[in-house]
Amino acid sequence: MPAIFSLDPLFLGDAGNLEILAIVLAKVVIAFAGLMVSVMLMVWWERKFISDLQNRIGPNRAGPFGILQTLADGIKLFFKEDLIPDQSDRFVFKLAPYLSLVPAFLVFAVVPIGGDFSNGGDGLISVFGNDTYVQLADPHIGILFVLAMSSIAVYGIMLAGWSSGSKYPLLGSVRASAQMVSYEAALGLALVAVLLKTGSLSTTTIVREQAGEGPEFLGLFPMPDWNVIVLGVVPFIIFFIATTAELNRPPFDLVEAEQEIVGGFHTEYSSIRFALFFLAEFMNVVTMSAVMVTLFFGGPAGPDLGVLPAALWGFVWFFAKLFVFLCLFIGLRGTLPRLRYDQLMDLGWKLLIPLALGWVLFLATLDVFSDRGWTSGGERLVVTGVFLAAMLVFAGLLMVAISNGKKARERDGEEVFG
Amino acid sequence: MLNILAQPPTDAIPTPDVAWSGLMPLLILSGGAVLLLTIVSLAKDFIPRWFTPIYTVLIGIATGVAAIPLWLRVTDTPSAADPNNGPFATLDSSFGVDGFSVFFTMLFAAVVVLVALLANDYLRREDIDGPEFYVLMMLSASGGIVMASANDLIVMFLGLEILSIAVYVMAAMHSRRIESQEAGMKYFVLGALSSAVFLYGIALTYGATGSTNLVEIREFLSNVILLNDALLLAGFALLLVGFGFKVAAVPFHSWTPDVYQGAPTPVVGFMASAVKAAAFAGMLRVFWLTFGSYRTDWQPVIYGLAIATLLVGSFVAIVQTDVKRMLAYSSISHAGYLLVGVQAATNEGTATVLFYLAAYAFMVIGSFTVITLATGPGDAKTSLTDIAGLARTRPVLGIALTVFLLGQAGVPFTSGFFAKFYVISAAADANSYGLAIVAMLAAVVAAFLYLRIMMAIWLDGDEVADPTELAAAKAGIPVPWGAAVVLVVTVGFTLVFGLWPEPMIEMARDAVPALAIG
Amino acid sequence: MEAIVFFVSAAIILAGGLGVIVLRNPVHAALSLVATLFGVAVLFIDMEAYFLAAVQVIVYAGAIVVLFLFVIMLVGVDKAEDIYAEPIIKQRQFAALAAAGMLILVALVGVAFAGDVTGQPSNEDMTISRAIENPDGTTTPAETSNINQLAEALFTDYVFAFEITALLLTIAVVGAVVLARRPKGDLQPLPDVEPSWALRKPRAVTPTEATDPSAGDDADQDPDETTVDQAATDGAETDEAKA
Repeated sequence: MPAIFSLDPLFLGDAGNLEILAIVLAKVVIAFAGLMVSVMLMVWWERKFISDLQNRIGPNRAGPFGILQTLADGIKLFFKEDLIPDQSDRFVFKLAPYLSLVPAFLVFAVVPIGGDFSNGGDGLISVFGNDTYVQLADPHIGILFVLAMSSIAVYGIMLAGWSSGSKYPLLGSVRASAQMVSYEAALGLALVAVLLKTGSLSTTTIVREQAGEGPEFLGLFPMPDWNVIVLGVVPFIIFFIATTAELNRPPFDLVEAEQEIVGGFHTEYSSIRFALFFLAEFMNVVTMSAVMVTLFFGGPAGPDLGVLPAALWGFVWFFAKLFVFLCLFIGLRGTLPRLRYDQLMDLGWKLLIPLALGWVLFLATLDVFSDRGWTSGGERLVVTGVFLAAMLVFAGLLMVAISNGKKARERDGEEVFG
Repeated sequence: MLNILAQPPTDAIPTPDVAWSGLMPLLILSGGAVLLLTIVSLAKDFIPRWFTPIYTVLIGIATGVAAIPLWLRVTDTPSAADPNNGPFATLDSSFGVDGFSVFFTMLFAAVVVLVALLANDYLRREDIDGPEFYVLMMLSASGGIVMASANDLIVMFLGLEILSIAVYVMAAMHSRRIESQEAGMKYFVLGALSSAVFLYGIALTYGATGSTNLVEIREFLSNVILLNDALLLAGFALLLVGFGFKVAAVPFHSWTPDVYQGAPTPVVGFMASAVKAAAFAGMLRVFWLTFGSYRTDWQPVIYGLAIATLLVGSFVAIVQTDVKRMLAYSSISHAGYLLVGVQAATNEGTATVLFYLAAYAFMVIGSFTVITLATGPGDAKTSLTDIAGLARTRPVLGIALTVFLLGQAGVPFTSGFFAKFYVISAAADANSYGLAIVAMLAAVVAAFLYLRIMMAIWLDGDEVADPTELAAAKAGIPVPWGAAVVLVVTVGFTLVFGLWPEPMIEMARDAVPALAIG
Repeated sequence: MEAIVFFVSAAIILAGGLGVIVLRNPVHAALSLVATLFGVAVLFIDMEAYFLAAVQVIVYAGAIVVLFLFVIMLVGVDKAEDIYAEPIIKQRQFAALAAAGMLILVALVGVAFAGDVTGQPSNEDMTISRAIENPDGTTTPAETSNINQLAEALFTDYVFAFEITALLLTIAVVGAVVLARRPKGDLQPLPDVEPSWALRKPRAVTPTEATDPSAGDDADQDPDETTVDQAATDGAETDEAKA
């Protein structure tokens, strides 16, 4: 058996038998169907929730509370005429939606969506006597797979804009690729903080490390051992902002800024191809929320409150956390105005990346000193203080250097930005 | 909060020992470059413009000085008092310190000093002043040190890239001359291709021997008899192509004339001296030192390369009309002589290559100094007619250039004579008589090239016979102090070691390469 | 299984590599490059180098080729005819000849050499990343051993190479700044420049020349020369972008 999947105990024993094949197939179907259904609900919920924020009703015709509205839209798009612009590069034009959709789906494969992590459980559930994780795959590269897929997703948008053979989509796709490549750096650096703590790329291990009780809140009650708390909140915030930018969600939706570039990269798309982009976009929101839940909020880990079988509580916790994130994304869309492009780039390159890098250094410093036995509160305070002082000095020097450079360029009569 | 500390300490990786003293010259040079960047970016407004070149010169001198104790240590034999004497290696045998590498370190330090002095005035004249040139040059030279000291093919490759990428940028630095941009681009594209070929050679060699470490490769090759060495030989071939490109050996020379002509003249001086020296250092380390037991396989190839390089370099140079282009072909033919020394595959051959490289470095920097001064602002008037009559308007420059040209031609009483004499006798000692004869014939042909330039500067340019005009032309070429120092040093070096070569050749003989474990 | 994966991905790699040089449209060529890089990533997985596979996709496909595409789109050389000019006459024929020669050479080496890799894999003594089943039914996944191996190699055998990469990056940054910076003031013709070799000098086609049938050759030459000029400037720009 290829070792690609070998982290899942399912593949340890006699791997060739039909039973295991059936379990894998069932997992694929469940993951796919579950993702599709949650995307469908997500679209509906987004429209409903944002209507609520804007004091209007929103979809209310198809099904109870308009819950089938997405389905109706999908059917409509499916039967619309499929247009391919004359000036387009036909092959790439047809290819692009799939390059967008497939990575969005694949990311979900590595997210643990259930399993019993309570009371030191290792997240395994037993299906017909076969132990397995409740996730489609647990590859060795684990969370790096998410990064790899999100870097592939850039191609979908980029090529869609280029192949349309029209100005606005091209502008949109150039914006998109610059934005996504820029924020990927911050995303990766925030991820490093998690990996530094967990020491493993495997998503299951990351979740398992977060199960159980963590530090006490002001000595009153124990908080969960979630990475968001354990690592300081900064990596999570960076990851969240970078994810929002990666997803081209408001307030970073310059890629599809209607007032400026019509529909952005998908201006020329119609019918089912447009639906694929639409689907990919919302699927990405769901999967990236799931990734954040996994990385920072303990994924399906949570206490076993009884009533339900222990294995089911994993699902409950996971989807509850996921739902909070989805609401958060919708709330952002409903409240924040869109950034200007230079503000977007400044935020990414000048704030998030240095901050993420500095935080990783900080965590690594603490880790190194704890290896040398500096573990008491006072000692850690000293380390933190010295670290901060050093960072401030370096940042100050950097500022001086930047302002010097600007001055010199101004003197030479060059245009100075920022 | 921040409970990362709950993690148990991971198993520490046993990091290798570092012999800092052996790394000192490299650290001074590369650290100096990075420090210069920092200083200039922080205090741009308070730094007088002489600071950067002087700083670079001081760093270069410091590098050379730091190499002296190392030289004394590695060329000595271990004794009871100093058991550490002799060649050593550090960082898990990836950085070797032996006479060979220290010799090159000192050579690179000298080149950095000379080119910094030369470039100071040039950069100001061409209005491309700034610390970047010096930073890139110092970093490039540290790449050369890495190459000369590499005990690992990966380190060798990185050294090659550090050396080359900086030079690509420097070649394209004259941003207002399209020729400079073109030179940078051509050099970059072809250089990147040759780096790729070189890397492929490393991969094949690794596949054949199971290691990238030169020590282990040599052990492997001397202990194991390969039933089928096709993979290894393919690796040799690709590595040789990579080095051949950097030393401008025919048929990998085609970039040389265009790049030499287009790049800023001081950069060309750096290229012809440091880049060539570093590439030969790498070639000797890899082929003579590591693949020594396979010399019967690679010697014939280098034999052929040397003959082609000698002939093409000498004959094509004759038809050129541009001085920088002429010197480019001359540098190709010098690569041919150096290959003659490499081909000998003896300790004596290696020593002669070192002597040749040192002598050539000084001569070529001197030549390009005169050309920098003589061609004037714009760096574009480099045809033979542009410098006609130079010796009559500026006798000092004319005499200096004549000395360098005579030296490159191999006329007695210059260091160039002994350089050529030694490599050819090394080839003869190694029974490569055919090659020795071709080298001598090529020297005769190449002499014609240098004579043409000398004729131009001494005999041509009759139209400036009018005394007032002559005086005006004289005043037209100021000799700044930096260039003056370079000229004095290079002329002095060429003549002193032309009359009294023993100290230099003895030093080169002491600088035997060795693969130490450490 | 491994053999099948190898041959399939090798086919993808070769097809992608051919596509890069054969396809007329630069964007299609870049996409072929992505296919090649993916094939290499699959090969890495086939050889259990999972981390390298991930990095291959993230860095090469995700960042580098995206930047290529970015430049292609922004500079606007994404039309087939832009690259169809042949600056050096007959170069395609020569290139084909050289490629054929190289292929024969490689084939000869391959035949001479079939099945004789003498080198040992460097990580022979290290644990291969497979999960281990403990006697009590639990499993000890040997995950991330790839990364551990890499880390150990980087901080022991290759620590020097790893550290001097910093110099390379410094050079890249300085070089990018130097090349991207516009020259002070306007791009003026330098004083007294007389290009001494003819190629640089774009000959202007005067109307009389253009109508004169005998000047036809010259007029034909012109596009080539300007192309070289163009290539030099374009080249400088690409150089900057790359740096």
